[in-house]
Amino acid sequence: MKTKFITPIAAISVSLFAMSCGQQASTEKVVTGNAAEKAYVAPGEHDEFYAFMSGGYSGQITAYGLPSGRLLKEIPVFSMYPENGYGYSEETKPIFNTSYGHVPWDDSHHIELSQTDGEFDGRWLFVNGNNTPRIARVDLSTFETVEILEIPDVAGLHCAPFITENSEYLVSGTRFSVPIPQKDVPIETYKENFSGLINYVSVDPEHGHMELAFQIEMPGFNYDLARNGKGKSHGWSFLTTYNSEQAHSLLEVNASQKDKDLMAIINWKKAEEYLAEGKFTERETSYYHNLMDEETGIVSSKEMKKTKILNPADCPDMVYFIPVPKSPHGCDVDPTGEYIVGNGKLSADMSVYSYTKIMKAIEEKNFDGEIDGIPVINYEAGLHGILEKPGLGPLHTEFDGRGNAYTTFFISSEVVKWDVETKEILDRQPTFYSPGHLVIPGGETKKPDGKYLVAMNKITKDRYLPTGPELAHSAQLFDISGEKMELILDFPTKGEPHYAQAISADKVKPNAVKFYDIAQNKHPYATLGERKSRVEREGNEVHVYMTAIRSHLAPDNIEGVKVGDKVYFHLTNLEQDWDVPHGFAVQGATNAELLVMPGQTRTLLWEPNRVGVFAFYCTDFCSALHQEMSGYVRVSPKDSDVELKWGLNEALRNNQEAANKFYEKQKQEREGLASSNK
Amino acid sequence: MSIAILSLIGVFFFPLWQITLDAAQFPEGLRMDIWINKISGSSKNIIQNVNILNHYIGMQYIEPDSIKELKYFPYVNIGLIVLGVLAFIINKKWSYLLWVILVAVLGALGIYDFYLWLYDYGHNLDPMAPIKIPGMTYMPPLLGEKDLLNFYVTSYPAIGGILLGVATISGAFAFLSYKKPKRKYY
Repeated sequence: MKTKFITPIAAISVSLFAMSCGQQASTEKVVTGNAAEKAYVAPGEHDEFYAFMSGGYSGQITAYGLPSGRLLKEIPVFSMYPENGYGYSEETKPIFNTSYGHVPWDDSHHIELSQTDGEFDGRWLFVNGNNTPRIARVDLSTFETVEILEIPDVAGLHCAPFITENSEYLVSGTRFSVPIPQKDVPIETYKENFSGLINYVSVDPEHGHMELAFQIEMPGFNYDLARNGKGKSHGWSFLTTYNSEQAHSLLEVNASQKDKDLMAIINWKKAEEYLAEGKFTERETSYYHNLMDEETGIVSSKEMKKTKILNPADCPDMVYFIPVPKSPHGCDVDPTGEYIVGNGKLSADMSVYSYTKIMKAIEEKNFDGEIDGIPVINYEAGLHGILEKPGLGPLHTEFDGRGNAYTTFFISSEVVKWDVETKEILDRQPTFYSPGHLVIPGGETKKPDGKYLVAMNKITKDRYLPTGPELAHSAQLFDISGEKMELILDFPTKGEPHYAQAISADKVKPNAVKFYDIAQNKHPYATLGERKSRVEREGNEVHVYMTAIRSHLAPDNIEGVKVGDKVYFHLTNLEQDWDVPHGFAVQGATNAELLVMPGQTRTLLWEPNRVGVFAFYCTDFCSALHQEMSGYVRVSPKDSDVELKWGLNEALRNNQEAANKFYEKQKQEREGLASSNK
Repeated sequence: MSIAILSLIGVFFFPLWQITLDAAQFPEGLRMDIWINKISGSSKNIIQNVNILNHYIGMQYIEPDSIKELKYFPYVNIGLIVLGVLAFIINKKWSYLLWVILVAVLGALGIYDFYLWLYDYGHNLDPMAPIKIPGMTYMPPLLGEKDLLNFYVTSYPAIGGILLGVATISGAFAFLSYKKPKRKYY
């Protein structure tokens, strides 16, 4: 009797044991002996690549070094950043202006680096703001956000920004279709009233300034991701859409019904022609353009009121559709510009299109009907082939420049390497866990640097030491220089990196600015020398022209401020050396601090609401006597007659002449000391 | 002799002396180049940056505008060049001798003057300096290297200084190897 039970129990326990062993062994098997060497960047050495990752719901972006995984910097873009006063200083506040008001947060997804002739040139970085549709530009010589352009009449700018091979345009599409222009209609009238827009923002080749060139009106789908053609396919944009079912509720089910959705194919050179011919309608709308002036560092905001709309029904041969399975998450164009890979996230197979065949199909008018006047190209006619059963839930593909493609699979939690031409699957490696996008340096350009791959995951769970319920998103670095992908590093990331682009350090390093030349500072409230530091009153506004140099602020004693005043501390950092920032904070301020770089001027608004003497100080450890870098400001009652006075190490004076006399005297004393000792 | 004259002309084109400051937090290095008419260095703002570092120990600000030598030494050099050309034209043993003596004496005086400046900077400290180390003075070496707090300071002639030396030696050589020009018998 007992022996009957022994065998099944033994079988169950052996299999349970084997399962647990198998799970534990998986990581050990994946990492090989010299992984540490490959990922190690010795102290004092620099990484080979910068990887710029989006922050997702943090609204910021981060710069990591590869292969070390060192976090080099978090760069604030769409969210206020108290660490350095971004969005708190008077100069930077206007960067958040939109037609909805001041919006100091967003959801940043896709990084796009500027390109010249299909290769990264290291000048600018562009990233989208999803929630209040915007595109931002970061200057890669200062690693600062310098421009934000709002996109009008779209909802959710997830499909953004995607650059053309010479940075002519940034293409984007609305994520959600909405009534255009907005109007008060029942939501269930989606099919009748809701439409989409695809936007082309031009980039000025010299300064990088963005401008909304034109928008194309599209059917009411969800526009997800896009890529522009390169090489032979330069001049064309490819955007995947989902929800061709045009559902407006429970999209999870209702937008996943059709076996195929659509990829929009746009001939933007044709669109330029139509634009030049005047075949557009102008619409009255409202969107903001915020730009930082290079010489003053001040962001100015401009409300734009018009946009140009092209309608495919009036502009033939500009827009086409081709079917793509099933709720696709983007398409990616290989380095030769010939193959377009559709990542059909709910399909078991992947479709690879051929640009040559698509063009042939268009020429032969091989269409299967039309939607809103847009011809739908026959699916088979445009196909290069189908990659069969590579994995479950393909999301994103990049290339290594040796003819191979690497695709992430969210559901089967892996990266798969396959040959683009032959569609042969060459390798698969697990990621931990469930990758979204991946990045290969230059992986979306004509010349990828197929050495490293970073998979950015959505699920972290047990990868690192636990930190409570909220966990940092995990990323794994693979060495892809050989036949098989090798896992060499695993590191947590900031925010949620939806996407990243990585560039050779040699393209960015030489241009990195070490400090601002104070001779070029044209800020209206700059104080170019300690002798010019002063306090001025204009009605109930008090302007403090303050300087910072190791290790004192000047003036550091201020009197005559009254309750109810708006006090502007304009701090100029007089240093002209590498890595000597100064900070500023004042007691009772309800905003944040300032962090001012050498040669720069930044302003903090302080509104004292009580009487007394308040301290201010430098917040960035700048020198041995940093702790002594402080001062006082006296606040008197609103109707008091305390005179406005200021100074540094002297009885306070109330006019500039006296201050100058003091500094002159100091200089003479120093000279006298020098000459009397000769 | 022409080498001597050319070397003195060269003094206008190269710095005379070089003082470097090395410390852990300055991997890029700090260097001051002292020319006959100005002070430059490893960066455009080297003087401002060195002054900022020096003020903690109470050292005076280096103000090139108030260092009179930088204004009149170039004229002295021009004078020497002119006299050198003159000596060459005269082409007598005594003219070379006089010139070499003049150069050597003025050169020595110049070095002594430099020594006095360095002494003054190093010893004439502000009594209210934040960092005071009893007995410590900060005179950079006239020639050589030494530790001054967290800095390793070196002081050596630069190309201009070497050219001064070359000028003196070539002048002396001109004097020593002087041969009476042969009379031509017609």
